[in-house]
Amino acid sequence: METSTTNIEELATREYKYGFVTQIESDLAPAGLNEDIVRLISSKKNEPEFMLEWRLKAFRHWLTMEEPKWANIHYPAIDYQAAHYYSAPKSNKGPMSLDEVDPELLKTYEKLGIPLREQAMLAGVAVDAVFDSVSVATTFKEKLGQLGIIFCSFSEAVLNHADLIRKYLGSVVPYTDNFFATLNSAVFSDGSFVYVPKGVRCPMELSTYFRINAEKTGQFERTLIIADEGSYVSYLEGCTAPMRDENQLHAAVVELIAHDNATIKYSTVQNWYPGDKEGKGGIYNFVTKRGKCLGVRSKISWTQVETGSAITWKYPSCILQGDNSVGEFYSVAVTNNYQQADTGTKMIHIGKNTRSTIVSKGISAGHGQNTYRGMVKILKGATGARNYSQCDSLLLGDKCGAHTFPYIEVKNSTARMEHEASISKIGEDQIFYCQQRGISAEAAVSMIVNGFCKEVFRELPMEFAVEAQKLLGVSLEGSVG
Amino acid sequence: MIELKEERNVYLSNFASLEKRLKEKRPAWLRAFCKDAISCFTELGFPTTRDEDWRYTSVAPIARTAFKPAVYQVNGWSPSRLADVTLGEVACTQLVFLNGHFSQELSSPGKLPEGVKAGSLASALDSDGGLLEEHLARYASYRRNAFTALNTAFVEDGAFVYLPKDAVVKEPIHLLFLSTASKDPAVCHPRNLIVAGSSAQATVIESYAGLEGGVYFTNAVTEIVTGEQSRIDHTRLQRESERAFHVATMEVSQHRDSAFASRSISIGGKLVRNDLNVLLNGEGCDCTLDGLYFAGGEQHVDNHTTIDHAKPHCSSRELYKGILDGKSTGVFNGKIIVRKDAQKTDARQTNNNLLLSEESLINTKPQLEILADDVKCTHGATIGQLDEEALFYLRTRGIGDAAARSLLTYAFASEIIGRIRIQPIQCRLDLLLSRSLSKGHETL
Repeated sequence: METSTTNIEELATREYKYGFVTQIESDLAPAGLNEDIVRLISSKKNEPEFMLEWRLKAFRHWLTMEEPKWANIHYPAIDYQAAHYYSAPKSNKGPMSLDEVDPELLKTYEKLGIPLREQAMLAGVAVDAVFDSVSVATTFKEKLGQLGIIFCSFSEAVLNHADLIRKYLGSVVPYTDNFFATLNSAVFSDGSFVYVPKGVRCPMELSTYFRINAEKTGQFERTLIIADEGSYVSYLEGCTAPMRDENQLHAAVVELIAHDNATIKYSTVQNWYPGDKEGKGGIYNFVTKRGKCLGVRSKISWTQVETGSAITWKYPSCILQGDNSVGEFYSVAVTNNYQQADTGTKMIHIGKNTRSTIVSKGISAGHGQNTYRGMVKILKGATGARNYSQCDSLLLGDKCGAHTFPYIEVKNSTARMEHEASISKIGEDQIFYCQQRGISAEAAVSMIVNGFCKEVFRELPMEFAVEAQKLLGVSLEGSVG
Repeated sequence: MIELKEERNVYLSNFASLEKRLKEKRPAWLRAFCKDAISCFTELGFPTTRDEDWRYTSVAPIARTAFKPAVYQVNGWSPSRLADVTLGEVACTQLVFLNGHFSQELSSPGKLPEGVKAGSLASALDSDGGLLEEHLARYASYRRNAFTALNTAFVEDGAFVYLPKDAVVKEPIHLLFLSTASKDPAVCHPRNLIVAGSSAQATVIESYAGLEGGVYFTNAVTEIVTGEQSRIDHTRLQRESERAFHVATMEVSQHRDSAFASRSISIGGKLVRNDLNVLLNGEGCDCTLDGLYFAGGEQHVDNHTTIDHAKPHCSSRELYKGILDGKSTGVFNGKIIVRKDAQKTDARQTNNNLLLSEESLINTKPQLEILADDVKCTHGATIGQLDEEALFYLRTRGIGDAAARSLLTYAFASEIIGRIRIQPIQCRLDLLLSRSLSKGHETL
């Protein structure tokens, strides 16, 4: 189809609209990685002794590890010594209130479409914005404080809530977990920390915005969310980065812990710079995300919309330890130009009557390679476990690829699990049908693609659903066919 | 490491003595293959669970056992004693192999159209050297699979079936591989080659059976080439003894507009691994793979299939069903590759598993790798138990719990068994299944 080819080209040439650089003086650690850098990061943040020790343990362990090679992605070797492991906006002394934040920074966020103040007032979203490596401002802290909810930057939590950090840090993703998680454990600079006390339902969506600004920096943030008994929290995360020729590494770690009857909903809209048309530059997004349903009837739900990054390599997972706990994973991954994505989830059923749902939608265009890799493991004690997985892929263009690698391991005979996958392109008959009814080919395609992703978008909180649809809009609406 | 070396040494010394023995019989081109294969094996060694393809299957018991080459001994065997494993009354061409060697006495030639050849590979090396040189070891690559490498290095005998252009063989060709008990654990490496010329048609049955129990290892490789517009219908029946090791690789290369159908039934063996790789190397090919694995006790059954859509306009259908009882483990790995230019591919794959006991275990991995855009590919996998409601329904109608269970399990399996159109095999499988279901699979 004539229209469809031109539209795909349009899609392939769409521009990255978050590619600006903010001119802010930043406090940059020298390039390279050694124990001194780890010590430097720790001392910059005035961390207590136990944190430094933990970092050093991780760093020493990291030295013994080898970079994993099993994923279905290809990239030149990363020189870990060439990157900067700490970059902070210079004016930062820890924000007291929004008025103290550098106006330049605020402007950046406005360009990103998250005016902190406005959003705070109108949408009622509490935002913790992380710029390069340091948390810039946290809105709505007071209001949350009244309910006993702690929502602050990770460095603040290390200073003010050391007992909680000590108890939970590394309890889901140990520092020995994998190459990138270990690297993160050694050099992580900031991130978000959330604690929701017993029986509290967090009245608003909590949100973090991540941005890589400085050149040649890696971003290593760490998020820790703890939902105590009977509590509920919904957390959103968004990311962008400026356009640069070289690849930048983003290796984050997210840990979620849900106690008895608690629910955590974690949503991501990831739009890191994907590189240019030729696949030059872009972010390597190598992230470890894992949630532990520790208590009975707890629930963790991951929703992700992955449109950015040169390479995405992440598997938000659930350890279903408590009886009757529930894990969910909803994902839309879009790869375009030379983007590569190897993403999926791991559901590990340990407790009785645990249930998990996986819905993954992959869209590949241009030279994009999209891989779903998932594991459902039902252990011996997980009597009555139930899993439903569905992964669908849509191919736009003849140079892209879609792959699925589902691993299913069942060690308990009472388990019931289903896995379904399909790969297809938009049918010419479907478009023809719409055109018959006076809908243009472009509108038809956008309709079909949106319908394809609907199942996942439905899971996103309102604010994000709009953004996600807009994002997909930028890439797809009126441009794909 | 030293230990590993020793495991290989047994095969190396066996290879040396085999080479000495067969010096005259093997043509030069084959000798070159064998030499290359054995050096590949030395390099590869036996796979470990660290290899992605062997992640769930440990071949350590095979590697640890010092198997001796199996010897041909026909003493005391007569066609009448084989009634249980042959096709009975059905008119067919039957080639019987005892411990990997062709047995003239036990085989019975059927009616074959002119030009069709069905006989032993060893004798074909003398009579049809040219044909063999063109095809043998050209499809099953030994560079990455240690077991194929071993088989290629030790190639001596097996079945050779050749259908010239337009030949239609109505009667099935039955290749029967029997293993007898021996004092020491023995290994045989049957090597089969089936070549179908353009527009040829045939039905081939490959059976493996253990006659007297005991520990032995069958390492079979079958290569099948289907010429343009040809049709090959292949049934594989594996009923090795309960202590036997069975590793089989089947490599199929399809040419334009050809059709290949395979049914693989796996019942016996302690450790079983089946690799089935199909290359759709021409437009308009059609490929159907059906499989049934039925395991109990401490059996381990691993089925790996790969369907490689290399050319456009091909379709493939795959349905594998597993029933696991006792402490058995099952593995299914189905890979579908659609290459860049293979537009209009239509591929479907399904894997259903039934777990009958508490301690049975299944690992399944349906895998799609798609590099073309105008394709329809789906796969599905399920793992479950017998439907409680269906059981209840039967019981309300006065059928006992055990009978209801075996009835439902039988129904689950019969979808595959029903696709085998050769009456005696179907009946025998029906019987086997219902008998073992009523007794519990352990006593099979």
